[in-house]
Amino acid sequence: MARSSGSLPRYLVTRLLLVIPMVWILLTVVFILMRVAPGDPVQASLGGRAPQAVIEKQRHELGFDKSIVAQYGDYFNGIFHGDFGTSTSSNRTVTDVVAHEGAATLELAVAAMIFALVLGLGIGVLIGRYRDTPLDVFGRLFGVLTYAAPVFWIGILFQLLFVAKLHWLPSSGQADTLVNIHLQGEAHTNIYLVDAVISGDWGGLRNVLVHLILPGLTLGLLVCGVFIRLVRVNVIQTLKHDYIEAARARGIPEHRVVLRHAFRNALVPVVTVIGLQAALLLSGAVLTETTFNWPGIGQALIRYLNNRDYVMVQGIVTVFALIVVSVSLVIDVVTALIDPRVRYS
Amino acid sequence: MTSEFMTPTAAPVPAQRQVGRGRFAGLRRALAPVAEARGLPKWVLYVGCALVLVFVVFAIFAPWISPYSFTQYLDGHGHRFPKSAPPNVHHWFGTNIMDTDVFSHIVYGSRTALEVVAIAVVISMLLGVPLGLFSGYYGGPLDRGLVLVMDAMFAFPSLLLAILIAFLLRGKFGFLGASFSGIMSAAISITVVYIPQYFRVIRNSVISVREEPYVEAARILGAKPRTVIGRYVFGNVVQNVPVIATLNAADALLTLAGLGFLGYGVQPTEAAEWGYDLQRALGEAAGGIWWTSVYPGLAIVLLVTGLTLVGESLNDLLNPVLRHRQLLPVNIVDDEGEVPRDDDA
Repeated sequence: MARSSGSLPRYLVTRLLLVIPMVWILLTVVFILMRVAPGDPVQASLGGRAPQAVIEKQRHELGFDKSIVAQYGDYFNGIFHGDFGTSTSSNRTVTDVVAHEGAATLELAVAAMIFALVLGLGIGVLIGRYRDTPLDVFGRLFGVLTYAAPVFWIGILFQLLFVAKLHWLPSSGQADTLVNIHLQGEAHTNIYLVDAVISGDWGGLRNVLVHLILPGLTLGLLVCGVFIRLVRVNVIQTLKHDYIEAARARGIPEHRVVLRHAFRNALVPVVTVIGLQAALLLSGAVLTETTFNWPGIGQALIRYLNNRDYVMVQGIVTVFALIVVSVSLVIDVVTALIDPRVRYS
Repeated sequence: MTSEFMTPTAAPVPAQRQVGRGRFAGLRRALAPVAEARGLPKWVLYVGCALVLVFVVFAIFAPWISPYSFTQYLDGHGHRFPKSAPPNVHHWFGTNIMDTDVFSHIVYGSRTALEVVAIAVVISMLLGVPLGLFSGYYGGPLDRGLVLVMDAMFAFPSLLLAILIAFLLRGKFGFLGASFSGIMSAAISITVVYIPQYFRVIRNSVISVREEPYVEAARILGAKPRTVIGRYVFGNVVQNVPVIATLNAADALLTLAGLGFLGYGVQPTEAAEWGYDLQRALGEAAGGIWWTSVYPGLAIVLLVTGLTLVGESLNDLLNPVLRHRQLLPVNIVDDEGEVPRDDDA
């Protein structure tokens, strides 16, 4: 008993310490990539015809005239102080972009996760329970197809069906123009859904929700295939256990056995996998945002890449790296709390 | 009467297959279960192979199959093709916004896709497998460092990594000629994403194989590390490679399409690429023009599904944990040639 209670803090400390080399390596890779990039960021931001003196001045201001080692030091120093840099193509800071565009991406990602969990868990339990029936085959095929179909193609198909054919939903954007302007005036968190609730703008809330359905569902489908497979396998395995037999023997209705006893235990691995999906979700978000013209951080990254705005690209990629590492940290800790076996491995 | 199951047959029970020695003995031994496959896994493998084969034929014979060239926008009389025309007799799948034939783009697009994927898979295999072999076999600080770097790369959103590399590599392969430089840089950016996967799988299986008695015996007999790795370790981890290679090829195809969709893939003047075609089709989707997006997307889905089916069934067949060999028909014939029967009436 003493050992098991002592091992949780120890596990957490080890896990926390592992974050440091991980972050260091990721950030170093980002730094190196951005230094070997073609073209001069200063020249790119000022246009080809800027006088040499202006270029030199800006290069000095941005620290591009320093040695690589000094730039490397500056980069980490800035990150420690929460300063990720200022754009060379506009006057915005990376922090500002993360606060605004990042909020839009967060809204999209959360909606996608909800869709993915509802669809993935629901279908997974159903086809796990009715294993080897036509329903199972259909569900598994659905899982394969959601993986095999490019996320932007699914988005285009949704636009063809729900926008062009049925006229049910808007094709792009985060909200209608008027709602957009109103909510930007009411910005508390920059997350439109939350802002609309805070300011009591129920019409705006409805508008924002309607805009969220297609992008959220598109990105959610990308992720739900993994959940379907995982839940199905786990439900099949847990249904073989003796305590399930015991529950049935006690006369507990079948749906209760499946949902209460089998499903709950099948959920533990799902928590772990949610963490692994963070990277997939970010990749998918870049594509989904482009498909639906969603003003999120992925679209911003592509825009700044096209403008050769290295500071911004470096900053956004750095933030992505930090997000991935922290999500996996949080998930590992949560898993360790739920499942004691993890701590011993 | 005798049921067909009871008929004594002289057919020899296929005994342990004699595996020849020679260069690829290890690989042949590893692939032996594929030839012995029965039932559903075999059919899944066949369907997958058939799907892939269709696109391989498209790719090889593109100039003969395709009615037009992928850059062609004038017909025989010098008239321009109609813009975004629905499918008709002259253009089976219609024409797109670039005035080119959609079907021709599908056919030539399979050439691009397979070229990029083949190059990417081969390069990442050539780098990832040896790295995994040596890292796993020798261990030590080099191994730990490599694992950290590979894990960091693996944790990072794969599409973003590919976008960054593609951005950095733009125009770097000009010496390969205009039509091939884009394909090469797309392939390299995809390669970077998949090296860690080969590395991880190979390294982990090397670590377990390394401690096997036969490897130890070889070492004790004084075999050089080169011989031990090449002869004893490699042959016992190589069965993982076909599985990862096909599954990665499927994933690489999606990454390529994603790159093309964001404008960082193969340039449209160099080759036909499905992802780029979908990007151009995006603007028309809300207007109900379906043929420019449905067909290229369908091509991606079919090829990815084909590769996934091949990979999954190879995994079922080659992975000893998942593999349950079909029971061979046993002939119960005793020495006197009498067949014990219980249906004698």
